[in-house]
Amino acid sequence: MTDQIDTKTMAEQPQMDQEARDAAKRLETYEFGFHSDIEQEFAPKGLNEDIVRFISAKKNEPQWMLDWRLKAFRLWQTMEEPDWAKVGYPEIDYQDAYYYAAPKQKETLKSLDEVDPEILSVYNKLGIPIAEQEVLAGVEGARKVAVDAVFDSVSVATTFREELKKAGVIFLSISEAIREYPDLVKKYLGKVVPQQDNFFATLNCAVFSDGTFVYIPEGVRCPMELSTYFRINAENTGQFERTLIVAEKGSYVSYLEGCTAPMRDENQLHAAVVELVAMENAEIKYSTVQNWYPGDSEGKGGIYNFVTKRGLCQGARSKISWTQVETGSAVTWKYPSCVLNGEDSVGEFYSVAVTNNRQQADTGTKMIHNGKGTRSTIISKGISAGRSDNTYRGLVRIGPNAENTRNFTQCDSLLLGDECGAHTVPYIEVKNPTAQIEHEATTSKISDDQLFYAMQRGLDEEQAVALIVNGFAKEVLKELPMEFAVEAQKLLAISLEGSVG
Amino acid sequence: MLKIENLHAEIDGKKILNGLSLEVNAGEIHAIMGPNGAGKSTLAYVLGGRPGYEVTEGSVTFDGQDLLDLAPHERASAGMFLGFQYPVEIPGVSNVQFLREALNSQRKYRGEEPLSGGEFLKLAKEKAGLLKLDMEMLKRNVNVGFSGGEKKRAEMVQMGILDPQFAVLDETDSGLDIDALRTVGEGINSIMRTPEKSVLLITHYQRLLDYVKPDKVHVLAKGRIVTSGGPELALQLENEGYETVAA
Ligand SMILES: Nc1ncnc2c1ncn2[C@@H]1O[C@H](COP(=O)(O)OP(=O)(O)O)[C@@H](O)[C@H]1O
Ligand SMILES: [Mg+2]
Repeated sequence: MTDQIDTKTMAEQPQMDQEARDAAKRLETYEFGFHSDIEQEFAPKGLNEDIVRFISAKKNEPQWMLDWRLKAFRLWQTMEEPDWAKVGYPEIDYQDAYYYAAPKQKETLKSLDEVDPEILSVYNKLGIPIAEQEVLAGVEGARKVAVDAVFDSVSVATTFREELKKAGVIFLSISEAIREYPDLVKKYLGKVVPQQDNFFATLNCAVFSDGTFVYIPEGVRCPMELSTYFRINAENTGQFERTLIVAEKGSYVSYLEGCTAPMRDENQLHAAVVELVAMENAEIKYSTVQNWYPGDSEGKGGIYNFVTKRGLCQGARSKISWTQVETGSAVTWKYPSCVLNGEDSVGEFYSVAVTNNRQQADTGTKMIHNGKGTRSTIISKGISAGRSDNTYRGLVRIGPNAENTRNFTQCDSLLLGDECGAHTVPYIEVKNPTAQIEHEATTSKISDDQLFYAMQRGLDEEQAVALIVNGFAKEVLKELPMEFAVEAQKLLAISLEGSVG
Repeated sequence: MLKIENLHAEIDGKKILNGLSLEVNAGEIHAIMGPNGAGKSTLAYVLGGRPGYEVTEGSVTFDGQDLLDLAPHERASAGMFLGFQYPVEIPGVSNVQFLREALNSQRKYRGEEPLSGGEFLKLAKEKAGLLKLDMEMLKRNVNVGFSGGEKKRAEMVQMGILDPQFAVLDETDSGLDIDALRTVGEGINSIMRTPEKSVLLITHYQRLLDYVKPDKVHVLAKGRIVTSGGPELALQLENEGYETVAA
């Protein structure tokens, strides 16, 4: 399988800004070595303790944060990249990549004319306004306009911030939070996903670029859906993103991550970490639409997405719900999980993963039942087309003290064509006999009967495929917040264009 | 309106239609009867443009245009409707969503304005009422969990909403009880009995023809029309069977 994707190493990405390379080159040959010179905009290629120090210094981080990063880095050096997932990709040379670049490094384009017409056509199909398209594509000077476009107007953004402040909600970039709320960050960072959790998470701990911090105080129902969309001006956070959301007793928050439009990104390797903590009676709803560049039809140039997402249901009757629509990336390695410690706490995982062409997705969830009366639901819908590979990998673990727990798992796979693969790999570990576990799995092909029926009523082939696929994914899509659901539907259709017939 | 000449068609290299000719004028209802396996459903699929049904010879003109040249959705938009012998289930897609999307897609093809949600619901309600189908059924997923009779009535509601010029109804009467048969028969008349529209009614039984009076009756056997006549032919078939009449 490793020969499926012939991708250049990250440093050879043609998009990499020449200026960035030159700057980095100069640093590499800097005769006094490279010492946290925070005047520099770029860290040279490769990863060592100095690079970690540089990143931390660039962000004005306190000593404890630097120490934390360094500890992670030392750990990471002793770790091996995992190889158990059903994905194949050329070996990644971690010393041949850049780990810090100031926002400016992003290559700017003079106008939308320079953008790949395929990407533009997707923007148009999604109905994204021109101004917003320019931001997504990274057109020079588009930023200001875009903020307006995304927010509707700057004043909306301000209103939005003020309203959150009034409610006592903290919604900041993680870098800001480290400086402004060090005690809160210190208390929770790495508590759900420990530093040594896995190779990619540990790497993230050492070099995370930026991300989001959300804190919902006791009893507060966050007055609006929080979206990274609103933070589109926080640039260059995509590669090693770090998110931490804490919901205190009896609070509620719905968080939307991602964007339906395919983001241009010169960084091929993405390794994000997301940690959620829900206290007693708190609920966190985390929705993702991931549509990073999947590579061309042969899989060249696509993003590798190695994500660690985990939620801790700490308090009794707390609830964490993950909903994801994954259509992008060349390689996806992602298992949003719930650790159900609180009594009667609830974990949910709703997923649609679409793979087309040469895409590979190995995704699923872990539901770890430690508390009594804990419940979890897993609904996974895999859609494979082209010559792609789509694997559901899930673990349901019932601990010895978890009395009367329940899990329901349903994994459905839909195949479009004969050359794609769908795999279901459920692991079930039960250490308490009172557990009730149900697992259902189906695999079906999109049926000629359905396609012809829909076409006979007036839908063209692509509309017919989209309709049937959306129907297949309905149980998951209905979990998405309204405005996201509409975009996600369109996205499914676009991702599967040309996959039938 | 529809002119089929010397139609030959095959599936997977197996010849099913062998020189079938048939002409249906505007305002006419024709019944097609014939033994199992004669090729009746195949004819319906060929008219609908189902992939895999290959026309090897002959022509079909519909409203002056070459029907065989059009993709299935284009035929639908041009006014060709197929009532399926076995209506298909589409999980996760409600009838309302399905039909609104289908209708607006047809309208777009014809250069007409799309119907708004409100306008569509009003139309759907009217047609459902005509077929005595509860609106709640239309909010459910397409044919999922519908009884045989409900599927056939829903099929006719779809026809009412899409308002075709030409309908090929493939054994729409099978699986219906007496009352449903009457409802469906009356529904067909009210939707399709106009001077501009035509119907090709595939059936095994005289009883539907009691409600929907055919102008002509044809017997299809071994992939071609072997006999044609007036409504009396259907009665004769019912009494004597295909063996003697089609021989
Ligand atoms: N998909 C198929 N592949 C091969 N043979 C088929 C297929 N569908 C139908 N047939 C054959 O074509 C003939 C006509 O079938 P059909 O048109 O369904 O007949 P009718 O509707 O008159 O009962 C039958 O012999 C049937 O077995
Ligand atoms: Mg038949």
